[in-house]
Amino acid sequence: MSENHPQSSNPTPRKLDLIRREMPKQAPEIRIHNFDEVALGFSAETAIEEARRCLKCKNPQCVAGCPVEIDIPGFIGAIARGDFASGTRILKDKNCLPAISGRVCPQEEQCEGACILKKRSGELSIGRLERFLADWDATQAEVSLPKIAPPTGKKVAIVGSGPAGLTAAGDLIRQGHAVTVFEALHKMGGVLVYGIPEFRLPKAIVARELDYLRQMGVQMVTDYVVGQTRSIESLLEEYDAVFIGSGAGLPWFLEVPGNNLNGVYSANEYLTRMNLMKGYLFPKYSTPIVRHKRVAVVGGGNVAMDCARTALRLGAESRIVYRRSREEMPARLEEVENAEEEGVIFDYLTLPTRYLGDERGWVKAIECIRMALGEPDASGRRKPVPVPGSETIIEVDAVIAAIGNSPNPLIPAATPGLLMGKKGNIDADETTGKTSLERVWAGGDVVTGAATVILAMGAGRKAAKSIHAYLSGQM
Amino acid sequence: MFAVLESQVLAPNLHMLTLEAPDVARQAQAGQFVILRAEEDGERIPLSLADWDAAKGIITVVIVNVGKTTDRLTRLKAGQAVPTVAGPLGRPLKIEPVKAVCLVGGCYGVGSIYPLARAYRRQGSRVLIVLEGKSGFAFYWEEKLRSIADKIVYITRDGTRGARGHIDLLPRAIEASGELVERVIANGCNHLLSEVCTATQPLGLPTQVCLNTLMIDGTGMCGVCRVTVGGQMKFACVDGPYFDGHAVDWQELFQRRQSYLREEVQSLRSSAGMEECL
Repeated sequence: MSENHPQSSNPTPRKLDLIRREMPKQAPEIRIHNFDEVALGFSAETAIEEARRCLKCKNPQCVAGCPVEIDIPGFIGAIARGDFASGTRILKDKNCLPAISGRVCPQEEQCEGACILKKRSGELSIGRLERFLADWDATQAEVSLPKIAPPTGKKVAIVGSGPAGLTAAGDLIRQGHAVTVFEALHKMGGVLVYGIPEFRLPKAIVARELDYLRQMGVQMVTDYVVGQTRSIESLLEEYDAVFIGSGAGLPWFLEVPGNNLNGVYSANEYLTRMNLMKGYLFPKYSTPIVRHKRVAVVGGGNVAMDCARTALRLGAESRIVYRRSREEMPARLEEVENAEEEGVIFDYLTLPTRYLGDERGWVKAIECIRMALGEPDASGRRKPVPVPGSETIIEVDAVIAAIGNSPNPLIPAATPGLLMGKKGNIDADETTGKTSLERVWAGGDVVTGAATVILAMGAGRKAAKSIHAYLSGQM
Repeated sequence: MFAVLESQVLAPNLHMLTLEAPDVARQAQAGQFVILRAEEDGERIPLSLADWDAAKGIITVVIVNVGKTTDRLTRLKAGQAVPTVAGPLGRPLKIEPVKAVCLVGGCYGVGSIYPLARAYRRQGSRVLIVLEGKSGFAFYWEEKLRSIADKIVYITRDGTRGARGHIDLLPRAIEASGELVERVIANGCNHLLSEVCTATQPLGLPTQVCLNTLMIDGTGMCGVCRVTVGGQMKFACVDGPYFDGHAVDWQELFQRRQSYLREEVQSLRSSAGMEECL
């Protein structure tokens, strides 16, 4: 597609170079020994070059593919002109956490998946450009704060400081409402802090985005377990509206013998020890971790990749055990490729049937059975069926179950009248987030079950819109 | 931050800490616990609530000094503060309408049974308290307990206070008390709890125990506190901490408690500046 063309006086040459720009990464052999961020981000020059690839479609499919409706051509155009300040303003108009979504959004399924360039020279790197702007903004002496409406006198309580809660908080504070976010743990950020590892989302970046919300006036309360420390009912006496974004809290374990052996973890436990509690810096940080030698992670999602890559960085031989094949894995391709480059072993079409323990009660091996793919199941993916007589043994000293979570049960259990779905999720309207209780909204994993950061952000945004409409007497 | 209002040695290696935590105190019910951190880089540990005063906005915990964090906590003085007090966590204990209840406490459990005794007393049950310890010096809060107990029985291994022996004397103690005990509730180390259950099983006495498991968040998120009760996986933090002791898989509980033994020793030594001993 590239062609030689003379320098023109046109400030935005259309066909400068259509090759998709790669983002530099730490080399695998280096990064497996540290917890620093793997992807290093675009330089300003590369960002401008990449942004200039945008075709400025009249009817941009990328925006339609974005759960929070960012004006993508708008901020890309600003980058192409080298006007990063305007780009930042456009970006932050719809997204108060761009440094985070630029890193962890599954862009390939959303904006970039819809990009018209995809079939030509490769889709535009929208996520990486979003990340570039957010990181550029952070290096500026003055962070650009959006316009905030005059105080309305209305108060909103947000339960949970993950992506759903923070997005709702950011949107509502801009409308002039007083917003307080309650977090059960001792650090704000929810899954962004306890779940996603440092090498994928540096905690300094989460801290930066939290600071931004604080500067906008959001109040934050940690160590506050809504449902236990205070009921939703009691919050409603003080606040005009409540948004519940308490996340997918309750981990699932495989129903196999040996589940409770020492060395068998939920992904939540393993990642919380590492990320929230900084176990990899033990004993400087007090939360202990065991230095395992051979770790198997059961599951094929992003969380499984996070666990396997964390174990690898702590010096273990690390493997993913997944019952289907590479194609069916729900993890982002980028994360799978990162894990492969780093040397994570992938045992596809393999299902654990039993964890075997030693005489002291520690897991020492997994008994597995080989699977074959049959007809598509309800999820549309081919259903794995066991191959009789194909049992194998994998020697391990730790197993991490990364097979999903149920919504956290604390708030539903403590909130009479809050209607629940079959899977323990809070029943909330898909477009507004309204629950069965007056003045109570909900969104994110607590409604949908474990999903992505950006879907939670989208749910937070929808609920904020509905809450604002309610508070301003429009409903 | 949560201010330390009082720090006191109750018995050798046992400390009482009173903290300003009005939100926790307002909601606390018998049988619940809190998660504390001693410092910013610190781990989160669960502790039974031994007392609280909603009006004053204060809570009290009893701590046995066994590791890095408990050591830090016991060194705190009034006027200092801890970064985390989260709670009240766990399910409140259901106070059953029984004629008489027997509350067994040992170690920090001597203090932690106080709110249970108070709750049973308030609803009109007679309260028999059985305290177990190595020696007479292991007991504390005696006046406080006497104010809400109908009878207190002591068992010490060296015979310096009350009956000489182990908690296997419990059935005899209950019988000798003459109380119509319909339920036993125990708080203390897992070893004591399992021995209490062994002692009460032949009597067919319902026995509830406050299980000591590892925990991180205390809100159901991590699953490290999972225990098997009646053949089912339960999370001590959100399904407990009190369970039917006769249905608990004790061997598994003891085994899971050992998960970080080596690291706990390492942690204690490094915090005491004793790395060279490793």
